[in-house]
Amino acid sequence: MAAKKPKDDLYRVLDNEGKVLKGAKVPEVSDDELHKIFETLLMVRIVDDRMMRLQRQGQLGFYMKSLGEEASHLSVFPLRKTDWVLPSYREQGAWFWAGYTIKDFINQLFGNEEDPIKGRQMPVHHSANWLNYVSISSPVGTQIPQAVGVAMGMKIKGTDDVAMTFFGEGTSSTGEFHVALTFAGVSKAPVVFICRNNGWAISVPTDKQSAAESFASKAVGYGMPGIRVDGNDVLAVIQVSRDAVERARKGEGPTLIEAVTYRREGHSSSDDPSVYRADSEPEEWAQKDPIKRLRGYMKERGLYSEELEAEISERHNQAITDAYERAKTLGAPHIDTLFEDVFEEPPWHLEEQRNYLMAQERTKNPHHH
Amino acid sequence: MTTMNIIQAVNNALHTEMERDPSVVVLGEDVGKFGGVFRATSGLYDSFGSDRVIDTPLAESGIIGAAIGMALYGLRPVPEIQFADFIFPAFDQIVNELAKFRYRSGGQYPCPVVIRTPYGGGIRGGHYHSQSPESLFVHTAGLKVVIPSNPRDAKGLLLSCLRQKDPVLFMEPKRIYRASKGDVPEEDYEIPLGVANVLREGTDCTAIAYGAMVPVIEEAATLAEAAGISVEVIDMRTLLPFDIETVLESVKKTGRAVVVHEAPKTCGYGAELASSIYERALEYLEAPIGRVTGFDIPFPFSLEHEYLPNADRTLGAIRKTLEW
Repeated sequence: MAAKKPKDDLYRVLDNEGKVLKGAKVPEVSDDELHKIFETLLMVRIVDDRMMRLQRQGQLGFYMKSLGEEASHLSVFPLRKTDWVLPSYREQGAWFWAGYTIKDFINQLFGNEEDPIKGRQMPVHHSANWLNYVSISSPVGTQIPQAVGVAMGMKIKGTDDVAMTFFGEGTSSTGEFHVALTFAGVSKAPVVFICRNNGWAISVPTDKQSAAESFASKAVGYGMPGIRVDGNDVLAVIQVSRDAVERARKGEGPTLIEAVTYRREGHSSSDDPSVYRADSEPEEWAQKDPIKRLRGYMKERGLYSEELEAEISERHNQAITDAYERAKTLGAPHIDTLFEDVFEEPPWHLEEQRNYLMAQERTKNPHHH
Repeated sequence: MTTMNIIQAVNNALHTEMERDPSVVVLGEDVGKFGGVFRATSGLYDSFGSDRVIDTPLAESGIIGAAIGMALYGLRPVPEIQFADFIFPAFDQIVNELAKFRYRSGGQYPCPVVIRTPYGGGIRGGHYHSQSPESLFVHTAGLKVVIPSNPRDAKGLLLSCLRQKDPVLFMEPKRIYRASKGDVPEEDYEIPLGVANVLREGTDCTAIAYGAMVPVIEEAATLAEAAGISVEVIDMRTLLPFDIETVLESVKKTGRAVVVHEAPKTCGYGAELASSIYERALEYLEAPIGRVTGFDIPFPFSLEHEYLPNADRTLGAIRKTLEW
């Protein structure tokens, strides 16, 4: 974490053990919903663990974990089916919450013939138009003005839908962040900005990213509220997100939420955090683990048991095993698909290039691959 | 039929389509009440209101980023970039996002944004109001590039762009924005993308251009005719996907070709056209293909007419193909 210590203005509901803080407002979340939240967070943790192991075994090219940040993904909790999400690359929990299956998730990682995006992007760049989850891009921040455009479209069409977009605190340094919040402030578009402040942009800590008091404080410059929430407290995340979504739905405009959390592992499978930070840092943050805190709260409500967690974990593990066992037997998408979707219909020059490729010896005899 | 210039024709196309399709939205700098610095969106604000004709903050990446979001959501945004020279803050949004959305999402997210932007020199605008960056965008997989050269084409091509589902960069030749006048049907009509126009038939050499260079090659053809040289004149109209058949048919007939554009020579559009012709019709050629282009220098201010291709330089290149 950065040397900078902003004043303690975090919105919190739970303490580090999951007990409700004195005077805290607990958001309305039913037993079933709480159960589903717990399942979703566990899903992220188990999938992350299994996928990174596959990566280390050389079975998977690349992966990005969310260890410790899972609760911030549940910012999508208050959204409806007709709302839109423009994610960055570290919000697996948002996808699972919306109903993206582990099968689709793993097929995308493998870029195989059942990958929903036909093997067009490297691992973790999902897209699911049936959920209104928009295709992920690697250059950071590009999705932020796009989310504002979606929200402006919602306003133009006269719906009361809401767009939500995620990005890391490092991305708040981009021009796209500034431009997008400027557009959103002026247009009063129904959009909610979730800044996952996980302390690190690959190897660069927050104090090298911004001299602002906090990332939420930047909202002032754009004429919208900025709220800091404990990003490891799933109930607090849900409460501030629910308030922001309701504001947007009522036509009161955008909100910037800074979910303060911590990236306990590397940026990606290609990173080595031991080069730039002390091991004690992630260890400290493990004390504030979001799943540990959720367990504590569920116990209070009489909803937790070790058997329950074991049953959910077993189910998730089985689903992952099934999806992986199938995914690894599937081949790459057919070579014909290479030229699809560049345009609605391939123009003559793409047909010509396709025919050229199809006539290659290597194409005709795939065993030469 | 009404006599219109290119600005009026663009404006007429926007009116026509906004009337017909409620999902069409215009956005950009000064496009609202003011009607655009060149007046291309004049009257739209009064006719369609501030929801559909949006004066945006002054940031090109925001204009294109927001347009992308609107298109993903099912609208038909028509962002205006005030000058093509100002398009570069939005380069990432155009090249990496807009042009790639359909492909990278496996066909889930088509993104039909039509970007309008005035381009080109000869208006005493210097480097930042004169450039012709079309080749950077023709080189971008997933983007169509269209450049009209006259009012009738401007309306018909723009209407076609707004009725297909791929992103398009629609570049308007501002040097002849007002100078180019002609009869434009008031009714709704489309000119198909990917189809070039043979403006004048000839037998000795094919001159090929687009946008503001079309009148230049027409003038050169007239000069050539006086010298007893018969030049066929082709207006490409769509730079990508381009009409290779019309070009080849002409070159096979004349055996010679000269390509003219105001953008710099190296890796310019002329290089692609020439190469495409060589690959398919080398045996028909009587001479190397000529290129008359801007130079590989930043666009100058005081000496812009030395920089820009003209009829004399074009005629010189035509003669060279005949003398070879």
